[in-house]
Amino acid sequence: MLTWLSLLFLALFALAAFLLGRGRALKAAGGASVRLHSLPNYYGAYAALWAGAPAALLLLLGAVFGGRLEEAVLQAERPAAVSALTPDRQDVFFSDARAIAAKEAPSEVAYEGELKTALDAKVAESRKITAIVRYSTIGLASLVALIGVLLALPRVGLEFRARNRVEGWINGLLIACSVAAVLTTLGIVLSLVWESWRFFQSVNPLSFLFGTEWSPQIAMRADQVASSGAFGAVPLFAGTFLIMLIAMLVAAPVGLYSAIYLSEYASRGMRSTIKPLLEILAGVPTVVYGFFAALTVGPLFRAGFNAIGAVLIGGPLDGVGQYLMEVQNQMALVAGVVMGIMLIPFVSSLSDDIINAVPQSLRDGSYAMGATKSETVKRVILPAALPGIMAAMLLAVSRAVGETMIVTMAAGLQAKLTVNPLDTVTTVTVQIVTLLTGDQEFDSPKTLSAFGLGLTLFVVTLALNIIALRIVQKYREQYD
Amino acid sequence: MTDAAITAGAAPHGQGPRATLSAAEARLKKRYRSEMWFKAQGIAAIVVAMIFLVVLVGRIVAQGYTTFETHSISVPVYLNPDRIDRTALDGVNYDYIVAEAVMKKLNIQDDELGTTSGKVMDLVSRDLGFQLLDKIKADPSVIGKTITVTGPVKADADLYYKGEIKRATAEEDRKLDNQQLGWLDQLEKSGTVKGGFNFGFFTKSDSTEPEQAGVLGAVVGSALMLIITAMIAVPVGVMAAVYLEEFAPKNRWTDVIEVNINNLAAVPSIVYGLLGLALFINWLHVPRSSPLVGGLVLALMALPTVIIATRSALKAVPPSIREAALGVGASRAQTVFHHVLPLAMPGVMTGAILSLAHALGETAPLLMIGMVSFVPGVPEGFTGASTVLPVQVFIWENASERAFHERTAAAILVLLIFMIVMNAAAVILRRRFERRW
Amino acid sequence: MTVTNPNALALVQGHAMPTQNRDGGVAAPVIHTAVPQGHGVVETRDFKIRARDVNVFYGDKQALFDVALDIPAKSVTAFIGPSGCGKSTFLRCINRMNDTIPSARVQGAIEIDGADVNAKSVDPVVLRSRVGMVFQKPNPFPKTIFENVAYGPKIHGIATRKDELEAIVESSLKKAGLWNEVADRLHQPGTGLSGGQQQRLVIARAIAVSPEVILMDEPCSALDPIATAKIEELIDELRSQFCIVIVTHSMAQAARVSQKTAFFHLGKLVESGPTEEMFTNPRDSRTQDYITGRFG
Repeated sequence: MLTWLSLLFLALFALAAFLLGRGRALKAAGGASVRLHSLPNYYGAYAALWAGAPAALLLLLGAVFGGRLEEAVLQAERPAAVSALTPDRQDVFFSDARAIAAKEAPSEVAYEGELKTALDAKVAESRKITAIVRYSTIGLASLVALIGVLLALPRVGLEFRARNRVEGWINGLLIACSVAAVLTTLGIVLSLVWESWRFFQSVNPLSFLFGTEWSPQIAMRADQVASSGAFGAVPLFAGTFLIMLIAMLVAAPVGLYSAIYLSEYASRGMRSTIKPLLEILAGVPTVVYGFFAALTVGPLFRAGFNAIGAVLIGGPLDGVGQYLMEVQNQMALVAGVVMGIMLIPFVSSLSDDIINAVPQSLRDGSYAMGATKSETVKRVILPAALPGIMAAMLLAVSRAVGETMIVTMAAGLQAKLTVNPLDTVTTVTVQIVTLLTGDQEFDSPKTLSAFGLGLTLFVVTLALNIIALRIVQKYREQYD
Repeated sequence: MTDAAITAGAAPHGQGPRATLSAAEARLKKRYRSEMWFKAQGIAAIVVAMIFLVVLVGRIVAQGYTTFETHSISVPVYLNPDRIDRTALDGVNYDYIVAEAVMKKLNIQDDELGTTSGKVMDLVSRDLGFQLLDKIKADPSVIGKTITVTGPVKADADLYYKGEIKRATAEEDRKLDNQQLGWLDQLEKSGTVKGGFNFGFFTKSDSTEPEQAGVLGAVVGSALMLIITAMIAVPVGVMAAVYLEEFAPKNRWTDVIEVNINNLAAVPSIVYGLLGLALFINWLHVPRSSPLVGGLVLALMALPTVIIATRSALKAVPPSIREAALGVGASRAQTVFHHVLPLAMPGVMTGAILSLAHALGETAPLLMIGMVSFVPGVPEGFTGASTVLPVQVFIWENASERAFHERTAAAILVLLIFMIVMNAAAVILRRRFERRW
Repeated sequence: MTVTNPNALALVQGHAMPTQNRDGGVAAPVIHTAVPQGHGVVETRDFKIRARDVNVFYGDKQALFDVALDIPAKSVTAFIGPSGCGKSTFLRCINRMNDTIPSARVQGAIEIDGADVNAKSVDPVVLRSRVGMVFQKPNPFPKTIFENVAYGPKIHGIATRKDELEAIVESSLKKAGLWNEVADRLHQPGTGLSGGQQQRLVIARAIAVSPEVILMDEPCSALDPIATAKIEELIDELRSQFCIVIVTHSMAQAARVSQKTAFFHLGKLVESGPTEEMFTNPRDSRTQDYITGRFG
């Protein structure tokens, strides 16, 4: 609230600076603005920027990092009674102190005796620090704003290149925005690497990557934290791979064939009807596919296999029949098929782009040789488009590997090492969701393992994307 | 040569046309068979894709449309002063009072064990009891009088009225027994229970009881979250794109940024959730489950797509416009902000709306930042606990009650309608303002 | 030998060339006489291709108006005219390449050896195996040189055995004058050749299916003068075996390689006749203006 108020004041101050700067420029020019180097508004903007921008930045930084700072100061000194607590409880203690200070609901932990005294002291301290941080930020911001104006206004004069200065500011802002993308990547990498590093301190990375047993729940027990056997991610990789494979078996042929048909055979009218329909399929949120998989496809497939099983039972394939009678809704096949449906428009539109990038002259050349359409497609267009199509498939694989909702809702939780599509498998993303939803203690290896999985996922998808984008770029250059 | 010769086929290398005419014909037939086969495969692929679309949408509509009809019961309730302890209004069993009123309508008596009243309570939503409490609290003088309250029937009773629970099903396989079904028939016949449009679905928020659950909280949560996302992703994305496309020198750094953006667009969304958890929640202490943190995460996720869309819109503006502006002495910045960007604006807005529509449907990263929690009521603001539509879908899908499945599909329909509106807006924008150079 | 098909001639005189009629009835038949002309000789045989009343539309726009033309066998016929005059459009009618453009509509009769190419019974696939085509920009497939030449024989089933294919590839490349340059790298990509070599590779690809007619759509416009000279030389050699129709921008090229020339302007065939005569004594003032460089 206070931050918003000070930002409002700052805006008014900047407006005043704008009018001052403008007025000063006009006065210098004696009312004839043509004599100025830049338009009068640029002089105003120049003054306003110096008045407002640095101070606003300071206020925002205070709002974002003030809490962090306050926490650090508060925790710098720990009373003996608090230090005696376990690290987890210490965190609760401090967060309660801050919550009470901010008049928010603390946790339900009851504090007595020495702890209660310590808590009260910390609450008072927290309020004090908050006030200090807040007012010093505002004070500092006011000072910066004032200095800014005092520095900027005297420079305003006839020869002063206000426009260039203002454009310099704009340029800086634009650069900052494009750096935001890089910072996001950096943030992803740092947070994943940092948390994974903590995870790998209790679990050997090799046994994580190559271990074949995954049961993070067991490892919650204190005596098993160090037992690395429970964090073998191979079954998750295998499950992810199996579902991805099924998805690609559905999406690759259907997507590719429909792209070929749409770009080479379909009339313009058909293209303009089918393409938007495919876009609808592409726009459907994945949670909807998950719902579809869990409540429609799953029971349908199960009923189908059960029916086949019922026929086979008692016959020469009795064993198979028995097995089919027992399949569950949550088989890999269901998640895979629905994910394949989700990927069809993705594969199709990427392949369409790629196929359309094959120059018309090659088609003409082939048709002029008396080739039929299918011969032209199979012998000229597809070979020419092959690298691009491979790249499109890689991108689809990357999507399949990183897809979360469909598998969370339709695949199971049991980590099994199997290639049977009728079996229940789990995937990397399902485990990340399972580990991080619900109640969690943040520092346990169980929770941290999600970041280990996330890092693996990030690295794999990134590698796929980089390779695919590289190929696509090369491919486009070839025909440009 | 004759007409037949053209139709029959090429004269093979170095041989007379007559000798191999039939061979050539056979060969041609085979080629056309393979042509037809290939074309059929293409058509089959499209048909398969369309079938998937129809089944997907059709199935959800079929599962969800029943939600929009609901049944409500209105009964006159005698607020017996003997039963209502004025000193402890909250402790009164209002559900039983409502059940009594319903039993009176049905002309039945409760037995000693209260089995009958228990069965009746299973038919009427607890909402009516809460209404009684509210009314008494508002005006204690109603005690001793008879007032009429109207509220939804229980979800299972509603399902029976809508034909989802059938009498033909074996009694032990359904949630309501024959006696209860008889009562329901009786209530409907007497006009006590009436069907109508389910306004409650749009005016209520999440609840543990399906008949009282609605999407309002989730819709408001989604809207708040999307505002944050739009306020961050659109300006930052557009400015980044303007810099990269119009100002940036072509050097190693801009190459790095470019590759970076293209790859960010393909990072799985769940990774953004992990980033949000580590960065915003654990490090910056942004409140969990709030539209603020959700909006921040989705903004980071939408940023690359906004940048890519904006860049292609800027690329579509022909260089002649820039040259014209520079030619009359405009600065680089003036050229971009006075001419290029306004001309690219329809494309920019289209791209932005599409990215936001995508963000609206995103679920996975939000699960990471604690949005998957039960939030009754409308979110209190950007920092209050909240849920959003897709997550609401996920939560309800996990619920075991059958009535929640119906509501899940209905919530999906609401979500899809929002997405269709956004996509339609983008398409209209593109159609209306698109300029061909 | 004079007129081969009196009906056809009547069509010519009645519709497409009213000016010639007015100038004098003698003028038109001159085309068909066996008078030796300049460097080439118009052979006294049937016309390979006859076109009558050809109209072509792209959507609502008409691109060709009532074109009537006879193209002699075993000789080179050049189409000249300013850009957008319809010469390429007409060329693409002969092997029905316009079929690949959805909005294109072709009316009228184009006969090859008396059979209408637009007849329902005619399969464009078969037609194109008899009428090869070379395009403005060399368009070798992104495959090896060998595969490029073997493409036609393979799809048409002309040769299936490897030695047969090799023989066809070798003879086609030799005919196209490329064999000596590529014999040692047959299995390298055709796209790696120089522009002129690529164009000759494409010609070899067209020859490989033994077509009767080869259509060339400005085959030298993307090439340098030396490569152009080689292609022109090649065209002159191929003349003895094929009916060649070439669209060209360069009047000098038309004069160098062709025996007959047709001048198109604004979608109409203005004038056609032996090349020598066209360039020395054009009948139409527009032809006169074009070849003297007043427009185009």
